[in-house]
Amino acid sequence: MNMRIPILKLHDCLLISIQWELDDQTALQFQEDLLHKIHETSARGVVIDFTSIDFIDSFIAKVLGDVISMSKLMGAKVVITGIQPAVAITLIELGIRLEEVMTALDLEKGLEKLQRELGD
Amino acid sequence: MDSSVKIINEWDIVAARQLGRNVAKELGFGTVDQARITTAISELARNIYLYAGQGEITIEKVENGAKKGLTIISCDEGPGIPDLRKVMEDGFSTSGGLGAGLPGVKRLMDEFSIESTPGEGTLIKSVKWLR
Repeated sequence: MNMRIPILKLHDCLLISIQWELDDQTALQFQEDLLHKIHETSARGVVIDFTSIDFIDSFIAKVLGDVISMSKLMGAKVVITGIQPAVAITLIELGIRLEEVMTALDLEKGLEKLQRELGD
Repeated sequence: MDSSVKIINEWDIVAARQLGRNVAKELGFGTVDQARITTAISELARNIYLYAGQGEITIEKVENGAKKGLTIISCDEGPGIPDLRKVMEDGFSTSGGLGAGLPGVKRLMDEFSIESTPGEGTLIKSVKWLR
């Protein structure tokens, strides 16, 4: 039951929409898949959308923070979008701060932000 | 109605939080409290998996006069916690940053109590009241 999260390519960006609750293995598999995909496609930007996700625990947050740093090492900028109010509240109460991470309200604004960051 | 999930592997963490979310929904908790409860269960279940090897998460509905709520009981027969005061400090971790730790769980819930005996195990009870 190891499901893989689809990674779509759009010009020089990768788009990911997390559609179901992440278990540990799926999250770790995603980390690896995304880095391979960045390498394969020479993507310069990544948008990860969390609109359908209703909670993020410390493990998922750690995997997410790590994959953002890893992507940066490979020259790709990551924007996370669609964080729900309940997710934002619980992450901060839990004591997790993803402060260096670029965020936007939704996918559209995330893509705009990324285009500005990439300068085209 | 009480229900519990034995925590032996990573999939059981998913099962425990799904159980908690369902009971929270049934009781009428809003989306933010559902997220708090689900996250707290996930952290407690992961602690069992990482530190004790195995244990159990039990979800109970509670009533106290006019108040209704949900209790999460996390029970294991693992190594126990030698210094309870230390694990309740923010930022303390023995697993290299996995798990936001118990202070985070305490903040997510309304009531929190912990008993631990080295060599015998740990019992954590936390309650969220319906507002």
